[in-house]
Amino acid sequence: MPLLQITNLHATADGKEILKGIDLTVNVGEVHAIMGPNGSGKSTLAQVLAGHPAYEVTEGSVTYEGKDLLEMQPEERAQAGLFLAFQYPVEIPGVSNSYFLRSAYNEIRKSRGLPEVDPMEFLDLMEQRLKLVDMDPEMLGRSVNTGFSGGEKKRNEILQMAVLEPRLAILDETDSGLDIDALRIVAEGVNHLRRPDNATIVVTHYQRLLNHIIPDYVHVLSAGRFVRSGGKELALELEERGYDWLEKPREAVA
Amino acid sequence: MTVAYLDEFQRVVGNGAGPAWLRNVRHDAIERFSTLGFPTQKNEDWHFTSVAPIADATFRSLAAESARHRTPDVTPHLFGHTEWPRLVFLNGRLSPELSRLTGLSRGMRVLPLTAAWQEMPELVQSYLAQIASFDDRSFAALNTALMADGAVVHIARDAAPEMPIHLLFLSDSHATDGVAQMRNLVVAERGSKATVVESYASIGAPRYFNNVVTEMRVEDGATVNHLRVQRESPAAFHVSTTEVSQGRDSHFLSFSFATGAALSRTNIYTTLDGAGCGATLNGLYMVDGQQHVDHQTRIEHAKPSCFSRELYKGILDGESHGVFNGKVYVQPEAQKTDGKQTNANLLLSNRARIDTKPQLEIFADDVKCTHGATVGRPDETALFYMKSRGISRELARRLITYAFAADVLETIELVPVREQLEAFTLARFAPAAA
Repeated sequence: MPLLQITNLHATADGKEILKGIDLTVNVGEVHAIMGPNGSGKSTLAQVLAGHPAYEVTEGSVTYEGKDLLEMQPEERAQAGLFLAFQYPVEIPGVSNSYFLRSAYNEIRKSRGLPEVDPMEFLDLMEQRLKLVDMDPEMLGRSVNTGFSGGEKKRNEILQMAVLEPRLAILDETDSGLDIDALRIVAEGVNHLRRPDNATIVVTHYQRLLNHIIPDYVHVLSAGRFVRSGGKELALELEERGYDWLEKPREAVA
Repeated sequence: MTVAYLDEFQRVVGNGAGPAWLRNVRHDAIERFSTLGFPTQKNEDWHFTSVAPIADATFRSLAAESARHRTPDVTPHLFGHTEWPRLVFLNGRLSPELSRLTGLSRGMRVLPLTAAWQEMPELVQSYLAQIASFDDRSFAALNTALMADGAVVHIARDAAPEMPIHLLFLSDSHATDGVAQMRNLVVAERGSKATVVESYASIGAPRYFNNVVTEMRVEDGATVNHLRVQRESPAAFHVSTTEVSQGRDSHFLSFSFATGAALSRTNIYTTLDGAGCGATLNGLYMVDGQQHVDHQTRIEHAKPSCFSRELYKGILDGESHGVFNGKVYVQPEAQKTDGKQTNANLLLSNRARIDTKPQLEIFADDVKCTHGATVGRPDETALFYMKSRGISRELARRLITYAFAADVLETIELVPVREQLEAFTLARFAPAAA
């Protein structure tokens, strides 16, 4: 059974169709890259998978671990192991990072029938994970994303991912706005979290990140449809030639 | 009932009621009160708040006996700092047993009002009833006529006491159906810096009426940090006016935290009466059920090159009703005024209501002033973000509500008070995760 199976997915925002029939199969152990020009629907796909209320699925299906993902609330999806690293992480002034993460961690544990961890235990876990993304422990005391630089916000997303250990991680343009050092740290963090029983979808505009996170499959999205799928070499081709040569959809291979 | 207060006035004046000059002031004040009566909603300043529950009720005057020989545990009301010097008033009367002035820093004098007008007559006469006007204000007039107890705080020139002074006004079942007229005076001399905590709390849920006036003079170059914490009984009525006069280069910082009382009205007025001074007025009100909470602030820019900053936030649940009226006046002389005022409200229920009225009146031409008010519901983007991390909708909503409040609580400089109010707010909105 695939981890994620998307079939003929159509979605609209404000009545406008953005996704026009997406098919994608993701198995455990795989890394998929979704590339495409601005406005092609990459972020919409990521948000629809996470359950953003602004999008309406009008046709098609998505199963996750054999269950109907579209029937699940966003928090249920997260509790089931789905994680979206946001393109624009949201600032929540007044809630400390550590409090926020501990709440999330415990809500997920509760949903799985596991006992909650106390703040001291959690701190130990955080200390290990912070190292993974080279973050200052001082960041834990600060309000979630508030006053963070662009790079800090993205690293904070990966920190959350490292703590919550998702089964399916979707990185929505995590590379945008990162300098090369930050990019490397983020990519190393993601690679470190790869396991044979989880999977990653990397949504990106640029090939750059894929030098560090090597995908098994690359899919090109254009105007709400996959127009090309292939191996990691497709990303390099896109880097050379841009997106313009891929106007006509071809059958997606996944 | 107005007439009950007039009777009370006869008793008060018959019993001495302070020095001769004060008795004259009291006479003027009761005259004003009997002319004005209680305000009605036709009065623009009271448009959204009906004081009928106060005006129509008859409250007995709380006698000194209501505080005597009783020592309830005040520890929970001391912000974890029992060593802070404090005056404790129980049911409107000083409780010497509960008060503690040892440890008062050099340069700070604190006396009960009734002692102060004997021991510091010149100071009291110079300022008492000189700052808080009662000409067109019923409650201030009533308080001035009947003031019975309170605190006088004097900070000497260039003194900077390390510890704050805490004025705690506690009410218990002996306050039931009673009215207390409390009056405080704070004078910070040139270059001094002090923190005054004024808090209102109850033991149990008695019904009573606290009518308070606090006057402050902040002299040139002085800083006063004033923290008002209103957690009155849910059945209580609380009307208060804090009126401040500021000298050149002075700074007045005020925080008003209001969660208590069935009906409360908090006025905070300051006049920036010297060049280069500043006022920071922040506050948080959180109400539920049938509570009514009203804040009126007035910042009077009278001199050039002053700044004012104001951030008030409100969280309204149940069928509660909030009112915010923030007035900023910039007089013709007050060029280079820099003013910013914001009132933000979060409605957690469809039946909760807020009337917000920021008011900016500018009579100078070279000023920078902004104001704004918002009324909203919990932010969907933030809700989604939290839910995408596995946090349930209900907890996400609570955390966002807490975050909304914490944003303004963060501005409280006195750490123990800030931390306690944060914990209090967190427990209110996110008990499961606290």
